[in-house]
Amino acid sequence: MAYMHIGKDFVPPDVPGKVTGRIKYAEDYTRDGMVYSRLLTSPIPHARVLDIDASEALAMDGVFGILTADDVYPDGEPQSTGLKILTNEPTLVGEPILALAAIDEKTAETAISRINVTFERLPFVLDPLDSLAEGGPNGYPGDNNTFVFRQGFATEKWTEDQVASFRAGNEPTAEAQQTWSLGDLEAGFAASEFVYETTFTTAGYPHHSMEPRSAMAYWEDGKLYLHGTSQSLTALADGMAPIIGVPKEDIVFINAATGGGFGQRARAGSIPSMAIPAKLSQKINRPVMMRITREEEFTIGGARQGFQGWVKVGFKPDGVMSACDIYIISDNGGKGGGGDASSAADCIDVLYQPDALRFRGTSIVSNTGHRGAQRGPGQNQIAPIIAPIMDKAADALGISRLEIRKINAPRNGDVAGPRQTPFTSAYVPESLDMATQQFDWEGRQSRRRQRNGSKVIGLGLGQGYHNAGRSGMDGIVTMGTDGRLKIHNGVGNLGTYSYASTSRAAAEVLKMPWESCDILNVRTDNHLPITSPQDGSNSIFTNTRTMFGAATDMLNKMKEIAATDLGGDPADYDVSNERVHQIADTSVGYSYAEVAQRALELGGKFTGEAELPEELAEWTQISVSRLAGSAFMGVYHDPRHEGNPPGFTVTCCEIELDLETGKYDILDMVTIADSGTIVHPQGMKNQLVGGAVWGIGLSGYERHLYDPQNGLPASTGYWQSKVPTYLDTPVKIGTGWVDLPDPENPVGARGIGEPSMGAVSAALTAAITDALDGHHFAAAPITADMILNHLAGTEENAVPLAQNNFRG
Amino acid sequence: MNSKVTRRRFIKGVVASGAAATTTGMWYAANGQDRPSGAVERLIRINVNGQMRSVDVAPQETLASTLRYKLGLTGTKLGCNRGECGACTVLVDDVATYACSVLTHSMKNARIETVEGLESPNGDLHPVQQAFVEELSPQCGYCTPGQVMSAVALLRANSNPTREEARHAMSGNICRCGSYDSYLNGVMRAVQLG
Ligand code: FES
Ligand code: FES
Repeated sequence: MAYMHIGKDFVPPDVPGKVTGRIKYAEDYTRDGMVYSRLLTSPIPHARVLDIDASEALAMDGVFGILTADDVYPDGEPQSTGLKILTNEPTLVGEPILALAAIDEKTAETAISRINVTFERLPFVLDPLDSLAEGGPNGYPGDNNTFVFRQGFATEKWTEDQVASFRAGNEPTAEAQQTWSLGDLEAGFAASEFVYETTFTTAGYPHHSMEPRSAMAYWEDGKLYLHGTSQSLTALADGMAPIIGVPKEDIVFINAATGGGFGQRARAGSIPSMAIPAKLSQKINRPVMMRITREEEFTIGGARQGFQGWVKVGFKPDGVMSACDIYIISDNGGKGGGGDASSAADCIDVLYQPDALRFRGTSIVSNTGHRGAQRGPGQNQIAPIIAPIMDKAADALGISRLEIRKINAPRNGDVAGPRQTPFTSAYVPESLDMATQQFDWEGRQSRRRQRNGSKVIGLGLGQGYHNAGRSGMDGIVTMGTDGRLKIHNGVGNLGTYSYASTSRAAAEVLKMPWESCDILNVRTDNHLPITSPQDGSNSIFTNTRTMFGAATDMLNKMKEIAATDLGGDPADYDVSNERVHQIADTSVGYSYAEVAQRALELGGKFTGEAELPEELAEWTQISVSRLAGSAFMGVYHDPRHEGNPPGFTVTCCEIELDLETGKYDILDMVTIADSGTIVHPQGMKNQLVGGAVWGIGLSGYERHLYDPQNGLPASTGYWQSKVPTYLDTPVKIGTGWVDLPDPENPVGARGIGEPSMGAVSAALTAAITDALDGHHFAAAPITADMILNHLAGTEENAVPLAQNNFRG
Repeated sequence: MNSKVTRRRFIKGVVASGAAATTTGMWYAANGQDRPSGAVERLIRINVNGQMRSVDVAPQETLASTLRYKLGLTGTKLGCNRGECGACTVLVDDVATYACSVLTHSMKNARIETVEGLESPNGDLHPVQQAFVEELSPQCGYCTPGQVMSAVALLRANSNPTREEARHAMSGNICRCGSYDSYLNGVMRAVQLG
């Protein structure tokens, strides 16, 4: 289909501000009378606050007040694993206990040093398996070690023998908290020619967004103005209002740009620290800036869930995956948690379509930071574990590594997951073909395991998946008498540019030149509609639907006004060149400026004062009511879609691994996406290369290390938790996409942000395994020292399956 | 690099003076908010973006703090405030320098350039900025001013680098969004834009 905007590059309006430094992040703002907040955080991993004596601090010059958990939770703290604003029951080092506001940060810090907090030390645990063992320490309040949905804190124990057997590499025998299955597992394994079984670990590690989550807040005329950081705009404000305790109509969230989110800033519950300056400001009646340091960002900034798991996979002689049995202990951290383990099993079901699959999972505490969604939560941890198993099966069955993936690939019409949801569309075989051709996969096979001195070549092929689209949100577009299209977009701006690219769907419907469009975002008092949080690769799918719908509502209203005024039926009208006109005689019509003027004269449904969609969210209703009567308006509530809109990626890579150092160079890499119609090629490419860097980090570098004696975090900065740099990533990454439209989206689009990481991690791990003659570490990351230990035949000195320690 | 002073030497110098690697407990002390101590000259003049600026600088204040909180030049970002990320990169006498890791008092005879100083007087973007726009190099943009400054430093030292040379020259700048490929495309395009 020929589009005016979809599939074309453009300059998103915030880009010049990014290269000139003019765009403002939360900490760049200042306000007259602004004072500064510093935090007193827990120095120990699990404790109870018995007493806080702040009298000396509060008597100091320049100190304006403190905020404690008792202030923010007068009825008692929520009894859940969710992040709290402040707490008297810390379950991780660095959890905020209180905040103090002072004239400057030095005074604040000095005052904090004069506050006496009496803690009762409680047992802590770093390795979930230690807690799972009978008699092991429990890291949650009330001497618990797990949290059961709708039931609360609970305790889960295995016998010491059961834990030891699992650590020794055997299938866990204890009953799991959660289970789901598909097909006949026993029959699947009985039909298998090749069966592979292993325990595995994947590390949790911090998001480490470049912008620390600083925030500034002030109150004016009863309204809260909050300068913060988030992946989402309206979804964040909508969720933050009740956390702070302010009516939705009285919060203005201002967030022009966000310095990275990666899942951890999508929802208010994952960034409740922004409530601290809001509440302090309310208490002391001054603007409050809370600057967050890199270390604080680590401790309250969250991490991916780590896995300790066991998996058994069977393949039939023809290469079909006949059975997969997977059991995962997921690390819930001291706060948070998530459904990563189930998503991992779901991902195997999606990508390899086994005849039978069983998932079992149990989530256990560790006092190691907050765990929450991180780019492809679950899908991406499992990708590097499974890819080498696919290669082992291929080799054992005499099938090529490409062919075994094609045999098992999801296709249009397939279903997957516990509810056997059909894909809205799926073009994985096409993606495999495109990637392997662009990379010359077949041509390079002769290079596999070629030696050059101490160096050896490895090739890897990987696949990634994440569900990539939601629905049920709202859209608003308006037009004033200048005839310009105002696209009210609440998506948020974390660097995907989807706030801008989804807006192009509205411009497309009205055939509006991009120069005649204004995107209203940046602050929620720009009368923005509710959107889904910008996570889970959903924005492109979800918000092109709402933008398209709102613009279509405006288009229909234009035609109705023109037909009523100028004669004929609305169906006799079309739009072009910023005019609505008769199809038969284009001279009969209105310019957009004129039709907007007529809409204002007519009022009612044309200006948002009547006949609104009934299902509009409360947030959207507030925005529409404020706009009503002031502009020509298109409003839309998006109905639910059918099926699972998937995002798929395929990656090929070649590495040269140095057997003397355990390090490798990625010589070449190609990543191909199947994510429907491409809306914004440059943005798409950025998601692919960005995901590639994340995949390289997952496979090779990123860890979450804790001092086993005191439970102190050791990876709080960039040098202790190695984020891939220019030199760890390929000089050039090849990208591409199959670009076939999805039927559940009006412009054919689906998302991609998360699968781009999984495929790279899978391919890179497969390549490392390949270079090492098929040695399967069954771990992510695989660090240089692990490679060297393997080559030297040295036993790792870490506890098998242990996480969050100084392994390596 | 054609300069006498490399970025590494800058960092080393600062470590020796004891002001680098500000951590949670120290960073507030480096932001220059504290009161006059009287022991060290505080009102100094520094050359920022071609202008001499008078500024009241605390003894332990870092250049990044002076730029951001005294001079309002918030384009210079703080990602770590301890010499790990490059978000704060500015040019000091044409050399890419972590502004979080040098003391403003050591800048009295230096020529400091920040991202705000790159546009021409008529508002045209610097070729590096223009190239980064055309290649859509930034994602979240938080590391972008630092990436821009490192690229400008590179191109002043070597107007025709290879992609491999650019990759090494830029390697002091972390991008958590992983936009390295797009930044390198930007640098190579900037070479063409001249
Ligand atoms: S802020 Fe200076 S290097 Fe990170
Ligand atoms: S663009 Fe986000 S950190 Fe570089």
